[in-house]
Amino acid sequence: MTALRRTLAALSQYPSAVAGLAIIAAMVLFSIYVVIAIPYSEAIDLWRGGEGVWLENPRTAKPKWVNLFPGVNLPETMVLGPAGESDDASADAPADASVQKERQAVSEEMTDVITTFTFDYSADDFPQEISLFLTSEHERKRPLVSLTWLTPDGREIRIADVTVEGPVTVRFSQEEKLARRLDGERAEIGLFADPASDQDDPMPLKGTYRLVAAGLVFEDDADVDARLVVYGQVYGLAGTDHLRRDLMLALMWGMPVALAFGLLAAVGTSVSTFIVAAIGVWFGGIVDAAIQRITEVNLILPALPILIMVGLFYSRSIWVMLAVIIALSVFSSGIKTSRAVFLQIKESPYFEAARAYGAGNFRIIFLYLIPRLIPTLVPGFVVAIPSFVFLEATLAVLNLGDPLLPTWGKVLSDARVNDALYQGNYYWVLEPAALLLVSGLGFSMVGFALDRVFNPRLRDL
Amino acid sequence: MRDISLSSLLFTLSSPLKGSSMTDAALPLQPDAAAVERPKSQSTLTRVVQYTGLRMIAMFITILIGVYLTIIIANMGGHVDNIRRGYIREMVAISTGQSDEFRNMTAQERREHVDKLVALQEKRMGLDQPFLLRSFRFLWGAMILDLGWADNMSSDSGSRQVRNIILERLPATLLLFSTSFLMLFFVGIFVALYLSRNYGSRLDRVIIGLAPTSAAPSWFYGLFFILLFAALLGWFPFGGLVSAPPPDTVTGYALSVLNHMVLPVIAIFFSAIFLGIYGQRTFFLIFSNEDYVDMARAKGLSDRVVERRYIMRPTLPTIVTGLALSIIGLWFGSIVLETIFNWPGLGRLFYLATNIFETSVIVGSTVIYAYLLGITVFFLDIVYALLDPRVKVGGSPGGQV
Repeated sequence: MTALRRTLAALSQYPSAVAGLAIIAAMVLFSIYVVIAIPYSEAIDLWRGGEGVWLENPRTAKPKWVNLFPGVNLPETMVLGPAGESDDASADAPADASVQKERQAVSEEMTDVITTFTFDYSADDFPQEISLFLTSEHERKRPLVSLTWLTPDGREIRIADVTVEGPVTVRFSQEEKLARRLDGERAEIGLFADPASDQDDPMPLKGTYRLVAAGLVFEDDADVDARLVVYGQVYGLAGTDHLRRDLMLALMWGMPVALAFGLLAAVGTSVSTFIVAAIGVWFGGIVDAAIQRITEVNLILPALPILIMVGLFYSRSIWVMLAVIIALSVFSSGIKTSRAVFLQIKESPYFEAARAYGAGNFRIIFLYLIPRLIPTLVPGFVVAIPSFVFLEATLAVLNLGDPLLPTWGKVLSDARVNDALYQGNYYWVLEPAALLLVSGLGFSMVGFALDRVFNPRLRDL
Repeated sequence: MRDISLSSLLFTLSSPLKGSSMTDAALPLQPDAAAVERPKSQSTLTRVVQYTGLRMIAMFITILIGVYLTIIIANMGGHVDNIRRGYIREMVAISTGQSDEFRNMTAQERREHVDKLVALQEKRMGLDQPFLLRSFRFLWGAMILDLGWADNMSSDSGSRQVRNIILERLPATLLLFSTSFLMLFFVGIFVALYLSRNYGSRLDRVIIGLAPTSAAPSWFYGLFFILLFAALLGWFPFGGLVSAPPPDTVTGYALSVLNHMVLPVIAIFFSAIFLGIYGQRTFFLIFSNEDYVDMARAKGLSDRVVERRYIMRPTLPTIVTGLALSIIGLWFGSIVLETIFNWPGLGRLFYLATNIFETSVIVGSTVIYAYLLGITVFFLDIVYALLDPRVKVGGSPGGQV
C-alpha cells in the first residue's frame, strides 16, 4: 500500500499523469455506469435491432449540437400522434405541435375520422423524410384515408389516398402522384419550399403547417389512427448511422469493451512474457536458448495477418481474438528486454540464500525473481493498453470486429464503408475517433510518467 | 500489439548501459553466431562477410520455421481445406447441373459423376494427400514463392498466379514504406540531436509532450488527414495511387503519384515520429552524461565532433534497432492504412482477399509478410554488424574489445 501511495505521490508531480489518471478514472466510472444502465443483452439487442427498433430515427443524422454552430439550423425529428395518447409520451414531440382527432358522421354508414397534425417549422433546411404510419380497426370494409397538406401561406396540396389494411406506412417521397404534383421535386422539399425562393436553391417556408388525414370508415366501430414522423437532419447527442441506429449506444458501450479488451490483452501479454523471460533466465542453458530461438521465430511471424485469418476462418468473437493476441505475444520482443534485467539481478546474493534453505525453482521464480521486477513491468504494461484498444479498432475496420458488440471500431468501420468522409458526415468518424484518441492518450500519458518514476535514469530528463 | 519500439527502448534504459546486458536488451538477435573463435589475422571484410553469411543461414532457418508455422496456422487444422472442398463440390455441382450433357442421367448416376469430378479436382489441388505431406510441399512452394493459383482474383496484367498478383502490388507498398522509413530515420535523428542540445527548451517539452500520441496507429491519423486535407481543404486526393486517367508523360505520372503519396506518408510519419524522437533524445542525453564525453569536451574537441564520435556512435546501433523494429509494426499497420487510402499495395490486396475469402492470396500474402519481416531483421543484423565495433573486430558479444 505504501508503495502504491508513494507511486501516486510521485505521479502527481507530472501534470500529464494527473490528466491521464483523471481520464482513466472517468472512463472506469462511466463504463460501470454504462454496464449497469444498459445491460449487455439489451445493448446487443438494440444494436442488432435493425430498422424496426429505430424506425423513428432519421438516417445518418448529425448530432443535435451542430445547431449550436452559428448559421446552422437543421431540423429535428418531430413525431406527432397518435391522438389520444398523452403527447409527452413521445420525447420527440415538440411543444408547439398538436394532434386533434374528431369524428364526423357523413351518412348512416360512413363516418369521417379526421386527424389533424399541426406543427411549427422553423429550421433553415428541409427535413430528411416524411412518413405517416396508419393503423386501423375494422371488421371487413377497409377505411379510406385521404391526406391533405396545408402550408403556412394557405396552399393546399393533396398527398395521397390510401386504403388502410393492417399497418400502412405512407412515405411521402415515394408517392408518385404527389411527385408529379410537385413538378418532380422531392416531397420533403416540395412540401416545405417557399414558392418565392429560388427554384434551384429552394428555402423552407417557416410557419405553421398542417396535415389533415381524413379517414372515411364504413363501420360503426371502425377507427383509424395515424402517427406522423417528420424526420429531421439532427438526432440526439451523437447522431445516427445508416441504419438509423443511435450512435450514442455504440459510443457508450464502446468504452467498457475497449477498457476490458485493452486491460486484459495488456495483462495477458506482459505477464506471460515476463514469466517466460524469468523462467528462461533462471534455468538458463537449453531452456534459455530455446526461448531465445522461439522469440526470434515469433518476431517474424506476421501477427496481424494471422489474426485476420483466425477472424476469417474461425471466429470473430472479440474474446477469441484476445486469446490469439495473447498467444502470439507470449514470445514477443519484450522477452529480450526483460531477460536483460533478470540476468542482472539473478546474481544477487539472496537467491543463493533462498537456494540454501531449499527453495524450489518455481518458488524462487515466482516469489523472489518476478516480484523484484514488477515495477519495471508497470510502465510498459500501461503503455501497451492503448495499442490494444487501437488493435480492436484496427480489426473492426478490417470487417473483423465482434459480430455482436457495438464498439468504437465498428462505428469507424461503418463510417468508412459508407463513405462518411466523402459525403461530409464528419461526426460519424470524429466521435469514435475522439474517444479512441482520448482514452489512448490517457493511458499513454500515465505510462510515460510511470516510466520516469520507475526508471531513475529518466527522472531528470 | 508489438509495442516494441517504446518498451524495448525504455526497458533498455533501465538496464546498465555498458556490458553485455545492454546488447541483449537492444538487439533482436545477438551476434552469437559470430562468437566463433577465429584467428586474429582476418581482415575486417572477411569477418563481416563471414558474419553476414552465418546470419543469413540462421535467418533462412528462422524464416523457414516461421513460414511453416504460418502455413499450419493458416490451415487451422484442416479448416481451410474443408472450405476449399466445399467450394469445389459446389462449383462441380453447379457446372454439371447447368450442362445439357448430363440431362439424361439419373439422379444416382449424376451423383456418382459429381463425386468422380470432385475427387479429380481434389486430386488436382492435392487435397487427397495427408496434410503433413502437403504442408511440406506448400512450404517448399512458399520458399520459392510458388504460391499457387487464385480462384477469383487476378493481377492487373491478367495472371491468376498468386505470385504475380502479389509481386505486382509489392512496389507500391515498398515505395510508401521506404519513403516513410527514410523520413522517420533522418528527421528523427536530427530533431533528437537538436533537442538533446537544447534540452528543456519549449520545443523540447512540446515534442516530448506529444510522444504519447504515437499510441494511435497510422491509419487512425490517416482518417484525420483525409478529413482535413482532402475533404475540407481539398489540397490532396482522398486516396489511390494516381489520378484517373493516369497522366501520359512520365513526369506527370510521377508527380501524380507523389501527390497521392503525401497523405499516407504523413500519416505514417506522424504516427511514429514523436515516440522515435523521444526515445532517441533520451539516449543522446544519457550518453552525453558519460564520462568519456566530458573527457572529449575537456580535450577541446568541437561540439560537432563530440556529438558525432562520442554520442551518436555508441547510440546508433540501438537507434537503428528501435527504428527497424518499428518498421515491423508499420508493415502490419499497412493493411489498414492502404485500405483507408485505397493504396494498391500488399495491404490492400490482403484486405480485398479477405473480403472475398480468397484463401490462396491470404496465405500467400501472409508468407510474403513473413519474408518481409525476416528480411527486415536480416538487414538489421547487417547494419548492426557494420555499426557495432564488437562485431566488426570479431570479439565475442559483451567480451573484451
